[in-house]
Amino acid sequence: MSPHGNPETPASSATEINREAPKASPAPQEHHDRGAWGLWEVFVRSSRGLSHVHAGSLHAPDAAMALRNARDLYTRRNEGVSIWVVPADAIAASDPDSKGSFFESPQGKDYRHATYYTKSEGVKHL
Amino acid sequence: MSTPETSTHESTGHGDISTGMAGGDSNASATRITPGNALRPEDIALEVKTGLVKPSGDVAEYALRLGDDALILEQRLGHWISRAPELEEDIALGNIALDQLGHARSFLTYAGAGMPKEDGTATSEDELAYFRREHEFRSVQLFEQPNGDFAATIARQFVVSYYQYELYRRLTESTDSTLAAIAAKAVKEVDYHRDHSSQWVLRLAGGTEESRKRMIHGLRLMWPYVNELFQDDDLTQRLAEAGAAVAPSSLRGDFDRLVTAVLSEAELEVPDVPAAPGGGRYGKHSEHLGYILAEMQVLAREHPGASW
Repeated sequence: MSPHGNPETPASSATEINREAPKASPAPQEHHDRGAWGLWEVFVRSSRGLSHVHAGSLHAPDAAMALRNARDLYTRRNEGVSIWVVPADAIAASDPDSKGSFFESPQGKDYRHATYYTKSEGVKHL
Repeated sequence: MSTPETSTHESTGHGDISTGMAGGDSNASATRITPGNALRPEDIALEVKTGLVKPSGDVAEYALRLGDDALILEQRLGHWISRAPELEEDIALGNIALDQLGHARSFLTYAGAGMPKEDGTATSEDELAYFRREHEFRSVQLFEQPNGDFAATIARQFVVSYYQYELYRRLTESTDSTLAAIAAKAVKEVDYHRDHSSQWVLRLAGGTEESRKRMIHGLRLMWPYVNELFQDDDLTQRLAEAGAAVAPSSLRGDFDRLVTAVLSEAELEVPDVPAAPGGGRYGKHSEHLGYILAEMQVLAREHPGASW
């Protein structure tokens, strides 16, 4: 694993999933083969002007079905106006083990915050 | 005419179940839940109770037909819950079933308003759903056909959703404002059902040899019941002339065109099978409806008036 927690392979277990699988559901009688349906991460925008926020994940045979499944799973209580789906293994995730070097080093560096300026009188919205 | 979006029912809407910020608040979370504003069966029941709406006998009978279609299909689709091939599909079919249940409740509530009991009050949706016998149901036979395997269910859903879409799309123009309002809400939902079923027709047909075989078989099972959907009779003719309803035969052209387009994209053919005799609109049903009703009605009949 590379030192700064940006591993070549995502930390997610989604790497085990065969993305080249045919775009079809397994034949009904076959034993359940989860490998045929990839993992997708779902991002939902709750209203205009807001960002898409990660809502969860789901399995789907392809992007078109992933969007539809996301609609059924994550917007059935009027939660969204827009959905993104991303193959889980397309997401490069930071390494949870490198929390110290990755996220704790900015702590105590208060000079990075705008705390040494004095506010001018009468200036609003600062 | 009230449209669902701007209906007069906002005052009765259950805005209190909202657990998040209303409107475009910047603090709103991605999982904000709002009920939204749309026509609900309860709104129709209130209009019925206050005497705001009262369908004619013909309109009530027509609403009963459409309500029974949706109710029986909902009962069929509900059976897939916990049994679908994948969890995601389980929820998709459950959502479609719930949409159909909503349509059934609206249509039956409205139908009941035109079918007063001896004491003069309207027959309720529950009384219509739970306390009628097989020959009193007015659904066409396609809706009661068994789920079969997933492909057979998709085949049934494919036919139903294209039929219902064409029907509700036209029914939004009905001179009967309640029918028009129910249709205006339903047509958006059925549009999604169309998308869901056609996506699956394409995938099953273009999937494995086995899935294609099953898709073809499913379509062959359901196709004998297609004809009945588009049969006119005296009731639909009278209502169509008055502008309240849609003549079923007038939907056939668009249905055939759109369904054939999907089937040819899936490299499938319209099954060449003889039509079933039909008769569901007059209470003649296939052998399957009785079993559905037995399961659907047993609890309500065993414990009349119980609530849970």
